[in-house]
Amino acid sequence: MKRRRGTFRMFELLGIPPQVLLGQLLLGLINGSFYAVLSLGLAVIFGLLNIINFAHGALYMMGAFVAWMLLHYLGIGYWPALILAPLITGAFGILLERTMLSRLYHLDHLYGLLLTFGLALIIQGLFRNYYGISGLPYQIPDLLSGGNNLGFMFLPNYRAWVVVASAIVCLATWFIIEKTRLGAYLRAATENPVLVGAFGINVPLLIMLTYGFGVALAGFAGVLAAPIYSVNPNMGADMIIVVFAVVVIGGMGSIMGAILTGYVLGLVEGLTRVFYPEGSAVVIFVIMAIVLLIKPEGLFGKAA
Amino acid sequence: MMKSLAYGTALGALIAGSAMAQDIEVKLGVLNDRSGVYADLSGEGSVVAARMAVEDFKASDKGLKVEIISADHQNKPDIGSNIARQWYDEEGVNAILDVPTSSVALAVADITAEKNGVLINSGAGSTALTREQCRATTIHWTYDTAALANGTGGAMTNSGGKKWFFLTADYAFGHSLEENTAKVVEENGGEVVGTVNVPFPAQDFSSFLLQAQGSGADVIGLANAGGDTVNAIKQASEFGITQAGQKLAALLFFVTDVHALGAQTAQGLSLTEAFYWDQNDATRAWSKRFFDTHGSQPTMVQAGVYSGTLAYLAAVEALGSADDGKALVAKIKEMEIEDPLFGTVKVRGDGRAVHDMYLFQVKSPDESTGEWDLYNQISSINGDDAFLPMLDECDFTKM
Repeated sequence: MKRRRGTFRMFELLGIPPQVLLGQLLLGLINGSFYAVLSLGLAVIFGLLNIINFAHGALYMMGAFVAWMLLHYLGIGYWPALILAPLITGAFGILLERTMLSRLYHLDHLYGLLLTFGLALIIQGLFRNYYGISGLPYQIPDLLSGGNNLGFMFLPNYRAWVVVASAIVCLATWFIIEKTRLGAYLRAATENPVLVGAFGINVPLLIMLTYGFGVALAGFAGVLAAPIYSVNPNMGADMIIVVFAVVVIGGMGSIMGAILTGYVLGLVEGLTRVFYPEGSAVVIFVIMAIVLLIKPEGLFGKAA
Repeated sequence: MMKSLAYGTALGALIAGSAMAQDIEVKLGVLNDRSGVYADLSGEGSVVAARMAVEDFKASDKGLKVEIISADHQNKPDIGSNIARQWYDEEGVNAILDVPTSSVALAVADITAEKNGVLINSGAGSTALTREQCRATTIHWTYDTAALANGTGGAMTNSGGKKWFFLTADYAFGHSLEENTAKVVEENGGEVVGTVNVPFPAQDFSSFLLQAQGSGADVIGLANAGGDTVNAIKQASEFGITQAGQKLAALLFFVTDVHALGAQTAQGLSLTEAFYWDQNDATRAWSKRFFDTHGSQPTMVQAGVYSGTLAYLAAVEALGSADDGKALVAKIKEMEIEDPLFGTVKVRGDGRAVHDMYLFQVKSPDESTGEWDLYNQISSINGDDAFLPMLDECDFTKM
């Protein structure tokens, strides 16, 4: 008893035993994975299309619901859904882009923002109407159920998978956009669409596919989230504001910035939950305010 | 000759009937959340329940012409108050039913008292409705936070869960639920070893759950509601917390929430409710009719709207008028109610409807035979033990 008290006193400076701290850092990383995938999608869409995609949260929710529908109506399990749901959500995104968004490219950012915000409300309303607000059950796939005791915490296998899967997707996206020929076309097309079109590249197609890809990323995050968060029509609305803050902190349009900021802010939020839980919902916005004051273009953004 | 005589008699009966039907007109307003977090547990289902009550009361045979209207208060007191005022002033509504979300319910209770209407509240949890802000025109039918705390807190502490750790939604409702429950835990010889205030609403509870796990508590009390509770339970199962022996106590949880989680994740969870569809033949028969119309099993809130409407209509029939809200509520307080869903119900002087509450445990997937086969009944709690005692200043039968 006495010894235990002594050990505790040793860590009183930190206020918390190191194994708890490690556990919380790991949890922060897991949450950061979601932020990273979602803010990456936003950054891709903004960086290449100049659209502030407010429907991103609703599309993330759609990804989770599509996974549930595939299971419930067609008996298709988690693994195929991980590919199919993003494709279906992405196809829906392309439909939105073709029929509505493409008409707004020559207008101010604000119009795209208003349109996507309205779309988000409509999509959420439709799902709420048909599936109610309580949410739907979605189980962790058998292969990933259970977990390992790491000594400092119990790590569910599924959470470990979330970190790995999101890291792979983020790096692959970054690689395609920054390091391949296709990525170079894309970036060129946003710099000067007329010139790139003159070289015989189909710019509208490129833009359409990019939007579809950004939306598919949101759908992918939705499927990842389905087994651990409540699958309900509001799940995206709760997430999207935080993700926007992440993108602003990282620098609008910066791909690597969005990824790194996602992970780092997940960690910061995780630590806040230990030291001052009441503040964990606002810490990201406090950081956003500070960043905007000191470096308005964002941590990784290029000065305008 | 015989035939025309028969027609004549029938016609006569019809005229008499319609003359009677014009006697008493009753207009009921179901005011609740139709699009937000409480839409599934109240919402359109409560309107369906009210309609079933009118049907089962055979209102038209008894000379009551009942009309039901509904509106969405969006969980906002200002919107709820506006609708209530408009209903009483312009639409000629006699009674308002349901009203979940305590802040809205308290605002509507005041307007109802001012307009001499009737509020039969089923959806809200605040004990203030029959205590600090008791009104002679309010009846609180189904449950309150004190009854839930008594049920779940008392039972779990007595069955060995002495050390509690609370995850509390960081706003007024969460804190009062925690406070109510902590009091019951301590009265039953337990102790509170820790509390963490979780910002509302929250997606990820893993950090807080890990803190609760580290505290060595026997029971993790979830002083939150709706999607927050669903997320917390889902993640507690994922992190092996329930499997390792710590118990979860959901302090405000409805059958629709359990359904959303599924038996696999929610199994073993303890919770208190006033009504469950699969309790006896009467509840099963009623719930089947409800299910056929609405597509989901009724919550206790919806069942409460049904029973409250029955009691209200009986009082209107007895007084022969729906005009004087205060008199109608006084009449209901005199009645001996044998309700098909809630059993024996006594409405006290303060407006609190006293009936048994039940402690349930969620079935394991092996025990559960269907999507909605979710609860085992552990015990029943006598109404007088479940609800707080009446405050003298709120006993309107003595005024």
